[in-house]
Order: sequence, then C-alpha cells, then structure tokens
Amino acid sequence: MSAALITPDLIAQHQLTPQEYEKIVALLGREPSYTELGIFSVMWSEHCSYKSSRLHLKKLPTSGNRVVQGPGENAGVIDIGEGYVIAFKIESHNHPSFIEPFQGAATGVGGILRDIFTMGARPVAVLDSLRFGRLDDPVTGVRNRRILQGVVAGIAHYGNCFGVPTVGGECLFESCYDGNPLVNVFALGVCRKQEVCYARAAGVGNPVIYVGARTGRDGIHGASMASAEFTEESKQKRPNVQVGDPFLEKLLLEACLEAMQTAAVVGIQDMGAAGLTCSTCEMGSRGEVGIEIELDRVPQRETGMMPYEIMLSESQERMLLVAEQGRQEEVFRVFRRWGLEAVEIGVVTGDGKLRVKQHGEVVAEIPNRELADGAPLYDRPHTQPLRRAPLEPPPLPDPDVQHALPALVASGDLCGKSWLWEQYDYLVRSSTVAGPGAEAAIIRIKETGTSVAISLDGNGRYCYLSPRGGAMLAVAESCRNVSTVGAVPVAATNCLNFGNPERPEIMAQLVEAIEGMAEACRFFDTPITGGNVSLYNETLGEGIYPTPVLGVVGLKKTAVAAGIAFRHAGRAVMLLGGLGSTDEVRFGSTQYAKTIVNRLWGLPPALDLAQEKRVQEAIREIVNAGLAESAHDLSDGGLAVALAECACSTNVGARIDLDSDLRPDLLLFHEGPSRVLVSTTKSDAVAAIAWRHGTEAPVIGVTIEKEIEIRQKGRVLGRWQVASLKAVYDDALESHVR
Amino acid sequence: MTFGVIVFPGSNRDHDAAYAVEKILGQKVNLIWHDSASLGSVDAVILPGGFAYGDYLRCGAIAKFSPVMMAVRKFAAGGGLVLGICNGFQILVEAGLLPGALIRNRGLRFICRNVQLRPGTTNSPFTCAASKEKTYCVPIAHGEGCYFADQRTLDELEAEDRVTFRYVENPNGSLRDIAGILNRERNVMGMMPHPEDAAEPLMGSCDGLVVFQSMLTTAVRA
Repeated sequence: MSAALITPDLIAQHQLTPQEYEKIVALLGREPSYTELGIFSVMWSEHCSYKSSRLHLKKLPTSGNRVVQGPGENAGVIDIGEGYVIAFKIESHNHPSFIEPFQGAATGVGGILRDIFTMGARPVAVLDSLRFGRLDDPVTGVRNRRILQGVVAGIAHYGNCFGVPTVGGECLFESCYDGNPLVNVFALGVCRKQEVCYARAAGVGNPVIYVGARTGRDGIHGASMASAEFTEESKQKRPNVQVGDPFLEKLLLEACLEAMQTAAVVGIQDMGAAGLTCSTCEMGSRGEVGIEIELDRVPQRETGMMPYEIMLSESQERMLLVAEQGRQEEVFRVFRRWGLEAVEIGVVTGDGKLRVKQHGEVVAEIPNRELADGAPLYDRPHTQPLRRAPLEPPPLPDPDVQHALPALVASGDLCGKSWLWEQYDYLVRSSTVAGPGAEAAIIRIKETGTSVAISLDGNGRYCYLSPRGGAMLAVAESCRNVSTVGAVPVAATNCLNFGNPERPEIMAQLVEAIEGMAEACRFFDTPITGGNVSLYNETLGEGIYPTPVLGVVGLKKTAVAAGIAFRHAGRAVMLLGGLGSTDEVRFGSTQYAKTIVNRLWGLPPALDLAQEKRVQEAIREIVNAGLAESAHDLSDGGLAVALAECACSTNVGARIDLDSDLRPDLLLFHEGPSRVLVSTTKSDAVAAIAWRHGTEAPVIGVTIEKEIEIRQKGRVLGRWQVASLKAVYDDALESHVR
Repeated sequence: MTFGVIVFPGSNRDHDAAYAVEKILGQKVNLIWHDSASLGSVDAVILPGGFAYGDYLRCGAIAKFSPVMMAVRKFAAGGGLVLGICNGFQILVEAGLLPGALIRNRGLRFICRNVQLRPGTTNSPFTCAASKEKTYCVPIAHGEGCYFADQRTLDELEAEDRVTFRYVENPNGSLRDIAGILNRERNVMGMMPHPEDAAEPLMGSCDGLVVFQSMLTTAVRA
C-alpha cells in the first residue's frame, strides 16, 4: 500500500475530528492510506452516516402491516395489494442546488430516480418541495430569482427527458433560505411484489458488475460538501457538483429493469453520494460479505485517475450489481441491447472486507461492516430550540379584508405556481388523475384498480416557532390533503432540513421536530419508511428555519377525482370541521402575519389530533360517496384564500356569511387545521356524515357566478370579482421572477 | 387493426400510445425496436413522444438515421398510415416526410398544459371522425413545438387543405397556429399535442380518441 503522509491538516480537510481519526486507526490497526482516509471521510460524513441524527431517528415509527421494506434500503416499500408494491423516498439536493442550480437540481432528480429503480420499481411520479430566498429582496432577489429559474429548469430537464411525470409539490419563499435554498425531491415507483430487488451482495465468487456512465473527476467529495456550512469559498466548490444526463438514466432504467427480469441479478445499488465507495461497502455490509474490486477495470472518462479519485467520484448514472456466477452474459446482453457499458470489476469474497486494487496492488482494505455501519454515533447536546421571534403579538393593523385578500393571493407563497409546473411534463405515462395544483397528486396504477395519492408538506415558519408543533402540523396537513381526495394515508417519508447540529439550540430543533413527527405519524398510522437528513444548512453562520418536509402516500380506488374548484353556481358551501378557533398568539405564524403585518410571532396553530382524525375520516367518506363536487382543505392563508383558490379556475365564486364574533382578520385568515371546504348539492348527507364522525359541517354560504362575497353576521367584509383575483393569482409568480 | 409503435431508446410516450390503442380502443399493438429494419405486418405506425436519442443535438436529428426509419419511409411511400406525435412529429420533419421545422417555443420554456384544438380539415385518415364545429381538449408537453416553415410552404399547406389541427390559443408561437399537418399524399400526419393522453374520462378528456378512431375508420373502409 502506498505510503501517504497523513497530517492533522489533511485529517481536518477531510472533516474528520481527531477522535474519529483515532477510531479509524484503532479499527484498521494501522494508519490509513490516503485512499482509505478519503473513503472513511465520505462514509463517515454526516450525509452518509447520519451520525448526529441516527440516535433520534430511531424514535420514528417504521413498521406497519403494509410495510414491505422500512428504512435502510434505497427506498421504502409498501404493499398496495393485487400483487403490487410501491417504492418511494424523498431526498435533498440543497447544497449542490445553491452552488449550481440547474445541474444541482437535475442530479437531485436523477439520484432519487435511481434509488427507486434500484429497488426494481419503475418510477411513475416525482414531486418536489422547494424553498428559496425572497424574490423581491432588494439585495439578494436577483440571485434568488436565478436560483429559482435554474432549479425549476433543472428538474424539468431531467424529469421530462427521463419520462417521469412531475405531478406536484410546494414552493415557498423566506429570507432564511437566501443563501441556502432547499431542493427536496420525492419519487415513487411501482413493481410486482415478488420482484423487489435489494442492495445486498451475496454468494462468494459472484461477479461484481459496473454499469452505466464512465467515472470522471466530477463530484468528488460531494457528500462531504453536503455536510458542511457554506462560506464565501463555497462557490469555488462548483466542480464538486455533477452533471446529469437524463437520456443515459432512461437507458439505465430500462436496462436495469430488464436485467432484473433475467433473475441473474443478486443485488443492485446505484452509485449516488460517495459513488463506488458507498455502493461497494454498503452492499457488502448488508450481505455480510466482502467485495474486492480492481480499479483498472472501472470504465474511466479521464486518464491518470488516482484510486482516491475513482473511489470518491460522484459521476452520475452509474450502477453496481452483483450477478450470479456464470450468468454474467445474460446480464451483459441486456445492457448491450441498450447500448450501455457493463464491466465485471470484481468479485464477492468471504472475508467481509472492501478490498480495492489498482494495477494488481491493494490500495485500500477496510472491514465493510465497520465502514458502512460503524460510523461514530453522536448524542449531541441539545438545549432549547433556537427562536428569536417574540411570543407576544404586536399591535395588529385595523382589518382591511378587502385589500388583504388580493395581497395574499399575490404573495410568493400563495400565488398560483403554474409558471413553474407547466415546465414539468406532468402527464407522461397517462396516469395522472390529479396533477400540480390539486389537493394531492393522484397517480393511477394501471396494473391494478388502485390509485396512489401523494402530498408533500412542510412549514418552516411553524417549525421555527415550535419545532414539535410544526412537525405535527406537517404530518396532519399531509394526511389531510391525501384524505381530501378520498385516499387513506398509509405511509410516509421525510426530509429533515436543519442547520448546524453542533449548535445545541439547532440540535434541539431537530430532536423536537423528530419527536413531534414520530408522535403524529404514530397517531395517523403512517410509518416512515425512509427519508433523508440534510444538516448544516447554514450560510455564514445564519441557519434556515427548521424545515422538516413530509411526504405522505395514500391509497384509493381508481376513479375520476373531484378537484378543488367550485364547478357550478347554486351549490351549498360547507365548512367541514367548523370555523375553528384561534387567538392573536396563534395568528403570528400565518401568511397574513407574514404578508400584511410583516412579522413573525407567537405560536403555530393549535392542533387537536383526535379532531383532525375525525375530519379526515369524514371527508374521505364524503368524497368517496360522490357527495362533494369540490373539496379543498384550509391551510396557508386560511378560509378566505381557500375560497379564492376554489374559485379561480372556473370563475365560480361564493357568497358566504360567517356566524362568529372573532376579529375579521383572525376569522378569515387564521390557519387552524382540521377544516375542509366542500361544495355540494347534498348538504344534508354531508352534514350527516360529519355528525356521525363526531364533527360538524355548517353551511356557510352558496356558490355564485363570477364573484366572492364574504359577510360576518350579515355585514359585508369584502367583495371581489373572481376574474380580478384570478389575474393577480395567475400572474404573480411570473412577474416576481422577471 | 394492428398498430406498430416505434420504440426509440428515449421514447417515453410509447407506452401511453400503446395503452390508448390497445386498452381503450381494443386494437392490437406491436412495439417495434428502433434498430429493426422491418415493421413486420402492421396497418399503421405511430412514432411516439419522448427524446428519441436524448435529443441533445436537435430533436429528431439522430433518429432520422435509425434503421427503423428506412422501414417507416418505405411504409409511408407505399401509402401506409404514419402518425408522429410530438417527438414523432419532430422526427418526421427531420426525416423529410413532412415539410417545415419545429423550433424552440416562443417564451423558450417547456410547456405542459391542456390546449383547445380546432380541426383544420376532416378530409384525412386522421381527422375524418372529427367535426370542424367542435374544439378538442388535448394536452401539449414540449419545449420545441413551434411550427415553422417558409411562406410558400405555409400557403401550400393551406391551399392543399393539409393543416389537420390548429391551436385555439397559440401556446408556442407556431406559425398560423399550426398544431398538426399532413404530407401531400395525406397518409402521414405529425402533431405536437398528445391525443394518447386525452383518451379516457380519468385523464379529464377523451377528445384525443378522435385521431385513433379516424385511423380505425379509414382502415376498416380500405
């Protein structure tokens, strides 16, 4: 093994602490080589090892009777019946998307798609949860707009060409994401239950096969980059971002699925973060075997690459698979048909070690299990969650509902996002029953009579004020969205975006959010089957709001969806769950507080889990009985904004009258959960179902042509032409982006 | 009736087209791999949407050289029905089977949305079941769908009644709102919108079926 001078500086550059280095030396019984140091640094990075979060992630519920595969594989797997399963996961690509928005986001899509088809599942849906700095900020606005445009174009470029519909998600703006945008991508795939593939090596003597793109010098240390805060120098890390090739990924998808059909494939894993290193040692570790590879055989894009570079490269569109000995040719034949390179680069061994050779000489030799699973586990100190917002409300301006509603629907968070999602092909595969802009995306599974409903939700403002409460609200909202289209929530995946866990007040945010999420997921019986943690989302010491994003998946019988839009005038408008209650402290987290008062204070809305469940059960029954012409849950912006959203696409508005003594601004714009707006011709039947589930569904008004009119106890608070609200709603984002 | 659906490595609406024809219209579908030199025994051919060979160069620029396109040319020359959808339209234009070009959308962005189409002619094997009095709701999903041709070609297309569909509201800058055209012999049609994605109530529209039904009617009559 080549001698290398391992200095404390070099160790620090690899983001390993002196203690971690000592652990490596003890584990190997000697000093590591330079290549081995690189291998350890990526595998033990926060991104790959979850060393700060693992202890707390254990608190999440992960099992249930539909769960075929929980966390620990490339994606979670859920049984949907009729012999089929779905595989899904969410992952972040925040750091690369800041440095190079287009390719960062594109390769984020590529990475999660590989995670799905590695399981043997064909990807059928992508959703993304995005956070950017404010587009209208006088200083950072220009850069934020450029990042938004790049990210959206990157997602579109990759998903459209690959041929997976991008069917929904969310996109919100906040100053705290100025130097640290969030790009979380969710993907879901389908396969036969007996054809699920796992990322496990097995069978001593079986060949290890490398497939796909050649290895270049791109993306070296991407995983470590994703495990550090941003500084002024970060922009120089642009070469760490990889370049995606969606066409090659499409070929890889088809070829891998076809190769799996030969049954000659024993195990398969994509080369994502930490590339060849991660795929070899994780597959070996899961299968409790060793893997030996010869780097000379690895297809390379450049000449003279060092073992260190080959092992750490994050070149995209590569897979590693283990085939049955003697059946290599069957596998090669498939890849040749798709014009892809497939090369035998090594063999499964019985000694439990990752052995890397170059020119026949051993350049690294590390026990797999310790490398993959023996990373340090930290119980980082956590105190009170960081919060600088006051609890007490500021003096509120006099309510001016008439002007507040158009201002809210024009705000970045609430305005129509069609500028963004029309750039995504959301229809390919002809299975999109409900696409972007719907309550939840709905994808029918053609092979079965079942459709899958998906919703991504997260609210950084809520979580900043109360990480625990905010995380619970995210679970509740996601489950409510899925329920509002008539589906039963069955499982979830999470992406935890936080700042620097070495700061006790940030660590406290993470711990509380995980605990809140765990409690709510247990309550709604939606186990978390996988996900991703993204820490160190800080730039120059400024952290983001704690932003846990949840993706909930629900199941329903395939049928035409009702949609959120009012369809005809003269229908009863009912508010399932009632008007809700609030106060000025709970009002400080709302969009009204953000846009109209321009402040953040207090607490997130109060959540009563039992009431939430009653409402969800009721709305599922109402929708599935065909009683609702439209159904839309109340969330950001409250009742008034929900009314505007119901009206905008069809030009059918409503006249409503609210029997309440609350201040008008609180009444119309509070974001209390557990409420769904329904339009119907059968108000008695709807009310009866609500009553049977232990909740209420008062009729608050009637749908009318072209207008929205809101009264409180007979007094008119505001009256708007739907067309003028729609113009503002539709055009706002594009005018912000320009 | 047997439809052949060409599968390039980057086709991604091949399954959509096959599903619409097979599952919804109950016809037979043969998937034809891009390097096969023959189409086998088919009554019509569909070139589906997607990114044939990645389309990093120019949409359809490489596909026109693929072995299967020799067979498609021969099939078309013999009077066989050829339908190119989206990328398929781009390939037909590159291959010289249809006139003009498809360039970047006005606005330079990919657009996916439902659009309204009005049939330009019903005198064709692809639109004979349509009505000029009606508009048809069919989605588009493309970045390079702006139809472009010189004035003489455009005049000729109109004079010979070869415009099959026009956009009611032009989404991409296509000249004279053209969404679909025929060759002179009227047996080859290219269109940017996706009739295969508007083929059942679940998708929100069945208006796309009219294209396949027209082909079916034509084949039965023949």
